[in-house]
Amino acid sequence: MSSSPLLPKMMKAHGVSRRSFLKYCASLTSLMALPPAMAPRIAHALETAPRPSVIWLSFQECTGCTEAITRSSAPSLEELIFDSISLDYHHTLQAASGYAAEQAREEAMKEHHGKYLVIVDGSIPLDEPGFSAIAGISNLDMLKETAEGAAAIVSVGTCAAYGGLPQANPNPTGAVAVSDIIKDKPIINVPGCPPIPMVMTAVLAHYLTFGIPDLDELGRPKAFFAESIHDRCYRRPFYDKGLFAESFDDAGARAGWCLYKLGCKGPTTKSVCATVKWNDSTSFPIEAGHGCLGCTEPDFWDNGGFYKPLSAPAGEYRRMGQAALVAGVAAGIGGGYLAKKNKAKAQADHETVDAFTLEKEESES
Amino acid sequence: MNNPYFDLLMFARGPLFDLALLVFVAGILIRIVEILVLGRKKDFSKAKGKPVQQGIKTIFTRTLPRPGAIKANPITIVGGYVFHIGFFIAFLLFVPHIALIEALTGLSWPGVGRVIIESATVIAVIAGLALLYTRWKDPVRRKLTTWVDYLVLILSLLPLITGYVAVNKLFGDPTFMMALHILSVDILMIVFPFTKLMHAFTFAMARYYNGSIQGRKGAES
Ligand code: SF4
Ligand code: SF4
Repeated sequence: MSSSPLLPKMMKAHGVSRRSFLKYCASLTSLMALPPAMAPRIAHALETAPRPSVIWLSFQECTGCTEAITRSSAPSLEELIFDSISLDYHHTLQAASGYAAEQAREEAMKEHHGKYLVIVDGSIPLDEPGFSAIAGISNLDMLKETAEGAAAIVSVGTCAAYGGLPQANPNPTGAVAVSDIIKDKPIINVPGCPPIPMVMTAVLAHYLTFGIPDLDELGRPKAFFAESIHDRCYRRPFYDKGLFAESFDDAGARAGWCLYKLGCKGPTTKSVCATVKWNDSTSFPIEAGHGCLGCTEPDFWDNGGFYKPLSAPAGEYRRMGQAALVAGVAAGIGGGYLAKKNKAKAQADHETVDAFTLEKEESES
Repeated sequence: MNNPYFDLLMFARGPLFDLALLVFVAGILIRIVEILVLGRKKDFSKAKGKPVQQGIKTIFTRTLPRPGAIKANPITIVGGYVFHIGFFIAFLLFVPHIALIEALTGLSWPGVGRVIIESATVIAVIAGLALLYTRWKDPVRRKLTTWVDYLVLILSLLPLITGYVAVNKLFGDPTFMMALHILSVDILMIVFPFTKLMHAFTFAMARYYNGSIQGRKGAES
């Protein structure tokens, strides 16, 4: 483990009181859906736990995830939790670059083999190693090499967790998620584009205190990804009453009506945005008047269009419908005439029989 | 990493819906246009009554049951009404459905709240099950019923049941249940033109025809 100072020392340096630290631990406890009695345990664990070495790998990403976690309300306790790990490698944040930076990574890997935590943001291109490389090392090689001695991996952001934006149709780089490559290590997915900073730090705090949290079938910590946005949305009463905004600035939108018809993906999206919220719990997208994009779900870029209602068809239905109209009428006319012709032919072929012929036939036989 | 439920939902909303729409629209048009092109033999006799007027009138009067019909077959008649009304309330007044129709046709109208939609759904399902039961219990009707009749009734109930389960998150993954709901509708659309479900479009033609022959003969219908 790293020799860097423990949390209490850093809190002092940052001018954070123990009282506000305990408050933070209490809110983390409730956020993680743990019994309140756990709060002191979390505080104790955070204070005494040696700081694990962390290697942060950034692949095909936009740095939004790093921005989100480092720009959370400053100087916050969340930042402190982030500081309570020993970030030995993060090529966006560290001063060193190129071979010096790679050396730091290799040293950390050697020194803490089997114990370090790997955090990944960004997806990995498989089509061409050259699509994304750091210091001449392809993302794929770097991930495999670094994951080998890791205790666990945290895939931060939808790119690392599920492929995200780089994987969006037609996926020009052949981008895949971390879990598509690494199969033999515990992986915690913290999706979101970007994820809520509080959620990222809470997952780190959980890892530091209790280890790997309970995960759902998509590898997400259940504490943060069990309920849908729709279940917790403050606009839900309007959905239930059948009151929907028709455009982003109509009277309904201003009155806070449901954004379903404007493309809200809340019903199929699991996240705590509606309760934990963003920017120091100020608001979240739906509160700002925009529907949920569904960014914590795999393939959310290809969910049929951000502004298309979830119930609307997502494919080539317009062309299909037009083709069906033309083909249906044409085939109907064709079929009708064919049937008419058959009928006429049947009528023409019909032999009339009268009593004389019948009698004649009878006497002949 | 993929979410198989989400992929199924996208398949049901995407390619399968496109196919269902093609079969549904083209199939219905083929059948209706065929009937119209085939036409009827011209009747050269002089009309004794008012065929057109009687024809149009019949389209509406046949919506009401014959006198005595309710008494003879209460479940069939009442259940039939309740099922149709409930089905159309749930189908045409639930706003996500209106959003779908708007995407397809550009037409839109206001919807109603959850209490009305869900009550209509539950009542329609109960009515549908009652219809299924009487059809199966009555020996005469049972003999007259083909497996397609059962299939069509069950396929018409499935969207109501899956929709109710998905919206209320009764069981199963909500995304998966939503995918099942849309899948059930896709299937209903595909079988529609090939089954008696066609009555939804041909009933008006059939009633008009019946009414107008009677009208021509001078009878009231
Ligand atoms: S998940 Fe979103 S914010 Fe994070 S790196 Fe990918 S595109 Fe950027
Ligand atoms: S705005 Fe979105 S999440 Fe909120 S109630 Fe409407 S559909 Fe659900």
